[in-house]
Amino acid sequence: MKDLAAQALNVAALRGASYADARVADDRSRALSTKNGKIGSASDSESLGIGVRVIADGAWGFAASDDLTRAAVEATAARAVDIAKASARVKQHDIQLAPEQPVTAEWTSPFQIDPFTTSVEQNLDLLLKIDSELRSVAGVTLAETNMNFRREESWFTSSEGANIHQTKYTTGAGYAAHAFAGSEIQKRSYPNSYGGQWQNKGYELIGELRLVENARRIGEEAVALLKAERCPEGAFDIILDGSQLGLQIHESVGHPIELDRVLGMEANFAGTSFLTLDKLRTLRYGSELVNIVADARQEHGPGLGTFAFDEEGVPAQCTPIITNGLFTGYLSSRETAHTIGASRSGGTLRAEGWNRLPIIRMTNVSILPGEKPLTREQLIASTDHGIYMETNRSWSIDDKRYNFQFGCEMGWEIKGGKRVRMLKNPSYSGITTEFWNSMDAICSRDEWVLWGVPHCGKGQPQQVMGTGHGAAPARFHNVKVGSAYKGN
Amino acid sequence: MLDKNRAGDIFQRIREHSTADEVEALFYGTNSALTRFANNTIHQNVAEENCVVSVRTAFGGRTARATTNKLDDESLKRVVQASENLAKVQHPDQELLPMADADKSVRATRAVPSRYFEQTAAITPEQRAEVVGKIVSIAKKRDLTTAGIFSTSESVEGIFNSRGLADWHTQTSSEVSITMLAADSSGWQKANSPNVANLDPVALAELAARKAFHSAAPREIPAGKYTVILEPAAVLDIVGFMFYDFGGLAILDQRSFLNNRVGTKLFGDNIDIWDDVGHPLQSGAPFDGEGVRRQRVQLVDKGVVKRLVYARGTAERMKNSEHKDSVGPIEPTGHGFPLPNEMGEAPMNIVFSGPREPRTIDQMIASTEHGVLVTRLWYIREVDPYEKILTGMTRDGTFYVEDGKVRHGVRNFRFNESLLHMLSNVEEMGTPVRASGEESFDMVVPAMKVREFNFTEVTKF
Ligand SMILES: [Zn+2]
Repeated sequence: MKDLAAQALNVAALRGASYADARVADDRSRALSTKNGKIGSASDSESLGIGVRVIADGAWGFAASDDLTRAAVEATAARAVDIAKASARVKQHDIQLAPEQPVTAEWTSPFQIDPFTTSVEQNLDLLLKIDSELRSVAGVTLAETNMNFRREESWFTSSEGANIHQTKYTTGAGYAAHAFAGSEIQKRSYPNSYGGQWQNKGYELIGELRLVENARRIGEEAVALLKAERCPEGAFDIILDGSQLGLQIHESVGHPIELDRVLGMEANFAGTSFLTLDKLRTLRYGSELVNIVADARQEHGPGLGTFAFDEEGVPAQCTPIITNGLFTGYLSSRETAHTIGASRSGGTLRAEGWNRLPIIRMTNVSILPGEKPLTREQLIASTDHGIYMETNRSWSIDDKRYNFQFGCEMGWEIKGGKRVRMLKNPSYSGITTEFWNSMDAICSRDEWVLWGVPHCGKGQPQQVMGTGHGAAPARFHNVKVGSAYKGN
Repeated sequence: MLDKNRAGDIFQRIREHSTADEVEALFYGTNSALTRFANNTIHQNVAEENCVVSVRTAFGGRTARATTNKLDDESLKRVVQASENLAKVQHPDQELLPMADADKSVRATRAVPSRYFEQTAAITPEQRAEVVGKIVSIAKKRDLTTAGIFSTSESVEGIFNSRGLADWHTQTSSEVSITMLAADSSGWQKANSPNVANLDPVALAELAARKAFHSAAPREIPAGKYTVILEPAAVLDIVGFMFYDFGGLAILDQRSFLNNRVGTKLFGDNIDIWDDVGHPLQSGAPFDGEGVRRQRVQLVDKGVVKRLVYARGTAERMKNSEHKDSVGPIEPTGHGFPLPNEMGEAPMNIVFSGPREPRTIDQMIASTEHGVLVTRLWYIREVDPYEKILTGMTRDGTFYVEDGKVRHGVRNFRFNESLLHMLSNVEEMGTPVRASGEESFDMVVPAMKVREFNFTEVTKF
């Protein structure tokens, strides 16, 4: 693979590229799912190819091919240079890359059990067991389960001399129970909605999730929601569970700090950002309790944003994003680092596969747990009147990332420190910085979980990427609740 | 690029490697390029070649799929084996049908026009850069910043199975999307066509620029229920969320907003909706994921949901279900996804019928006392699955209309609107056009003037 990449770099240089990198990637995945006692999907997929990225005449070009014969790799490199020269016809400035020491390195994400060596039969049986637990609850009308594995191996080589071989394993699993009655459909998911929990782990994750043990409760909650009262409308103190807070971070911190959005590079599709460059180290993003980092390093945990090197050869880093409430950092790349006065990239460039150009992506954008010991139950007990919300059901935010609205699967009214009644259709909305400034409590390390968001979409052509979000349950003061159903 | 003959040879090799009762192979090939610009600069410019074969094997009620992008003999052997390994360990599903027969699949359907245009396939990076250069000069002339894409591609899609079915589709695509940004406003336009000659990037750029110019210094007006004029892209992005519920399996799973509602009047008299892959403004292959030819189906007639679409297996299950007498005609319609899958089927070639008296957007504005003109909707998500309440934002050109005239730009709104409500309140419609957004698949839809559209919040810009 290394030789193939070297060939591509040679051709690019001969054709006039001032910089080139080549990435060969071998991607393998398995998807298993069930629905109401039947197989939903059972599929394996593999994809192997090369992507060549070059700068010529001061502009970018990228070409990718599934054909790894010598002739095709050379043609792909030549095509990338031709494309770069065409790009140069419409440019304002030449591309400048922040310096980076080229390295030779090998890295594999830690795992205990290679998921591809596990028995498909046993995996399907586990999913069917969960399915029957869910459907053993009267009133559950649809049960869905899934288990997903992925192995991504890549060889990165650059004209500056980088040579990096990385292999990453991802495992994900989850399930949902739906209950339809009268004129309403309710749903509960575990451990999270939209495919459950995902981490850069091996098969050991499946055991840790305690999937079967929770299935009956989830089925019962789905049915109970049909009879629950509707979440009221008004201003309330709300407590969000960790998975919902993870998605809140993703949408209202992770995306606005992407420097390519800030600089207008995503204006046509994903949008821009309210975090204009003047806000760095001046904006009070949240309350004193809000500390958020973007951390791709292995020591942060097995998140979907964990790696050793990004896809332009920059080592994984930890960037403080919000420090005691102050906005302190962006997600950057070699091309964009200079715009914030950084001498080096923050190391966040990633691509969906060999056939995509790497772009700025969230790594693990995580809120740090509170320092004082505080469990979720203690947080509820310390809340006089409020609403606890769990598991995301809908999410939406404007294209500058100010106004958001989230719906959750299940709510509980809290009165005098106790959960007094289940609430259906809970939702809340607000303006990003007002919301983060209203955070007045966050649980401590024992409640902190590194959640995975497997399906973040960005770029044209669109690329789907996994991101990590560590979070613990937290409380927000005086938040607008219930506007999703207002007027309907 | 792969052609049908070579794919047929590859399928023969796949069959030779397989010990399964039945074998199917899907082929997808693409040669695509996309020139992306922002800040009046081409900042990303990419091209890709890829070809994939996806093999499904079946052993009496057990089936699975494996996919590779390597077509050498060893890889084909590996992918067949992977598929068989996943299939063999399953418990048999009594309801799994044998694969589709060649003759039964090719039923009389309206001929699909050619969707392959040599001139689209032949577009070069230089030609794309030249078009982007024109868009940038329009932006510069008006002191705006532009961002967008211009993409072109050719693609093939084919299906073969061991019962002799063989079908093939070749198509080209071209697409341009343009955002024009001013200090505190923006405008947007997007279009696509199999034939690049049908795109007019300069006209789209001028229109996006005018929207940015006229929505400058947006004022905040309060949230509430407004008469809205939704341009076709806004209509398509919001209505697209309901069509996954028009599959028979969604009813069997009881996850559809049409549960217990087929045959009832859900929308206004003026709403007629078809699925029609053969429509001249539609695109895509004329066969589904099992190789069944796509039928032309009327989904909604004068506001009444008439019928659903079916994959073969779903139709059989529906005929034996408690719903069989309440869902309209039940037969395979050629809308299935490749098996095995969780979703069943969905109509993806939506065509809205035009009204007897179509109105232009200008006429809709002229007849509006108080209202909001919406260019585009964004980040739409389902809030409630049965009332079909959707939330989302307006974006890139939102205007206040008063006494028949566009008055000024307004800050963007969040909406929480039920599709049942929205499609019951359509006062005027335009001539349906091929529209393209970002939240839903492309379709043929009209602009709509809708009363009492539910804006619940205003954002900061
Ligand atoms: Zn995202």
